[in-house]
Amino acid sequence: MTVLAVTEHRRGELRTPSFEIITAGRDLADALDAELHLAVIGGDVDGFADRLNRDGVDAVHTVAEGEEFNHDVYTQAVTAMAEAHDPDALLMPNTVNGLDYAPAVAGALDLPLVTDAVDFDADGTLEVTREQYGGKVETTVDVEADAFALTIRPAEWPAAEGTGDAEITPFDVDIDESAVGSTVTGFEEVGSGDVDITEADVLVSVGRGIDEEENLPLVEALADALGATLSSSRPIVDNGWLPKNRQVGQSGKVVTPDVYIAVGISGAVQHVAGMKGSDTIIAINTDPNAPIMDIADYAIVDDLFDVVPELIEQFGGQAPS
Amino acid sequence: MSTKILVTVKEVAEVDDEFEISGLDIDDRYLEYDLNEWDDYAVEEAVQLSEAGDDVEVVTVTLGPERSEETIRMALAKGADRAVRVWDDALADAGLLDATTKADLLAAVVESEEPDLVLTGVQAADDSFGATGVALAERVGFEWAAVVNDLDYDADANVSSVRRELEGGVEELTDVEGPAVLTIQTGINEPRYASLRGIRQAQRKPLDVHALDDLGLDESVVDSPVDLTSMYEPESEGDAVVWEGSPDETADELATFLREQGVVEG
Ligand SMILES: Cc1cc2nc3c(=O)[nH]c(=O)nc-3n(C[C@H](O)[C@H](O)[C@H](O)COP(=O)(O)OP(=O)(O)OC[C@H]3O[C@@H](n4cnc5c(N)ncnc54)[C@H](O)[C@@H]3O)c2cc1C
Repeated sequence: MTVLAVTEHRRGELRTPSFEIITAGRDLADALDAELHLAVIGGDVDGFADRLNRDGVDAVHTVAEGEEFNHDVYTQAVTAMAEAHDPDALLMPNTVNGLDYAPAVAGALDLPLVTDAVDFDADGTLEVTREQYGGKVETTVDVEADAFALTIRPAEWPAAEGTGDAEITPFDVDIDESAVGSTVTGFEEVGSGDVDITEADVLVSVGRGIDEEENLPLVEALADALGATLSSSRPIVDNGWLPKNRQVGQSGKVVTPDVYIAVGISGAVQHVAGMKGSDTIIAINTDPNAPIMDIADYAIVDDLFDVVPELIEQFGGQAPS
Repeated sequence: MSTKILVTVKEVAEVDDEFEISGLDIDDRYLEYDLNEWDDYAVEEAVQLSEAGDDVEVVTVTLGPERSEETIRMALAKGADRAVRVWDDALADAGLLDATTKADLLAAVVESEEPDLVLTGVQAADDSFGATGVALAERVGFEWAAVVNDLDYDADANVSSVRRELEGGVEELTDVEGPAVLTIQTGINEPRYASLRGIRQAQRKPLDVHALDDLGLDESVVDSPVDLTSMYEPESEGDAVVWEGSPDETADELATFLREQGVVEG
């Protein structure tokens, strides 16, 4: 039996989910009494394979095709590799690029797909744990099939360590260029600017709970009173109320301040990815069940429009009227 | 030359702060239904393309019960030209969690509509599966791009120059040959509110309902090895200290804490 896990890199670097998927893949392989094989596609495949050869990896298959991720190449390569090695489980990272090829591979191989797994139990029928309704509930999803595809949520499994004794072999695949219909023409870093929220010791971070752009001066006044920097969740930036360089999260900045005060932020996984390393997390939220409560150290379960003005006053500031 | 854009839309439920689970879902009393946030941006993107181009038709498609017509009408009110709703008794009993099933159903619509471009949301806010758009592309043999936050569409060449929003503030610039499925990320545009005039017009726009038969499908399409078997409130992993009291009391606790930590002076 085989578990095949696909790794990920960008601009010359292996990405962290590549090491986490080894841990998840080993767990699954142990449950299935299977070998763990890794797929490395594109870029410096030999260097990557060496670095991925960690405890628990039995084999690494490399495909030296292109420098960067291209979903057509990944789809063809993973599909061909799966056809050759017939894995019982195919693991892919639940990253932006993972979601750009995993459904296509699962479709091409006719495998059932479950995305964004946070846990699984593979003794018997595969039972996958995943979240729903923005993390307010968890669900169990059963997969009744001999073989399946799964995408793994980043940061749920620890990165694999140690050194393995995997066999590293090139895998031959003829990429059908006529089926490659997308071309990556470049990359661009966005979100730079005058303020660097990653440098701040104290962040006051505002979310959709603020409701209207007109209410933003309230949290600005709080940040001023505390001598803190203002940051935000994504919807505030999507709405154009704050510039991109203020966004905390998966597609924004990763911050690690001494104190992070989340005001009207629910704590979606993509937000938490950017702030869970903060020393102290304080949540102000009307919803006692909001996922942010799971990672908060201190919380006030109340209306921000009542609490924030009081706070501003405590520090000698003045709440805007 | 005319262009047809198909936009998939889903009605999703939002959960009240306090709720109860009954069986495999949250009790309906605690749910409020709305157009999926990501699809709202997809609809807006399509409508903007139709306003900017000549002869662009925007068709929305949803998989959903009669209740979802309210949501579809919102998409029509915002400027889509007509709507297709797919529903069947056979679908009512299926959980419709499996992206493959959704892709199979939507594929039948794509095959009959033959759009030049399909826009979907990155994910649905309720089950966050995030796979339907790409699964659909694979199924119908279209090219695709996931998590698109900027689109420059060349209708004559049917090429989409997109930005894909990767992690950590990096964007990938990619050219995608059509016909293609693009999964649209929030923030790509500023979704409009439906105007009163738009809402009135929406009442007169065509909304066709298709059962499995009409799409040349049979009930086996809903057979899926992927099954939701339980839903529960996660045990809180947190050990947050919750400051209780009136706003001035809780604010005082927080202020004291910040001062003690030496985070703020004064
Ligand atoms: C590919 C991808 C990338 C993403 N990247 C990011 C990212 O980088 N950063 C990010 O933040 N998100 C990101 N998201 C979006 C994420 O999934 C959530 O949609 C988003 O984080 C929600 O923001 P929010 O918490 O402000 O809003 P909501 O989830 O709507 O939460 C608002 C909160 O405010 C509370 N509230 C409402 N009114 C009040 C009040 N009066 N007083 C107190 N509390 C109140 C509510 O109880 C609720 O908990 C991404 C999503 C995807 C799919």
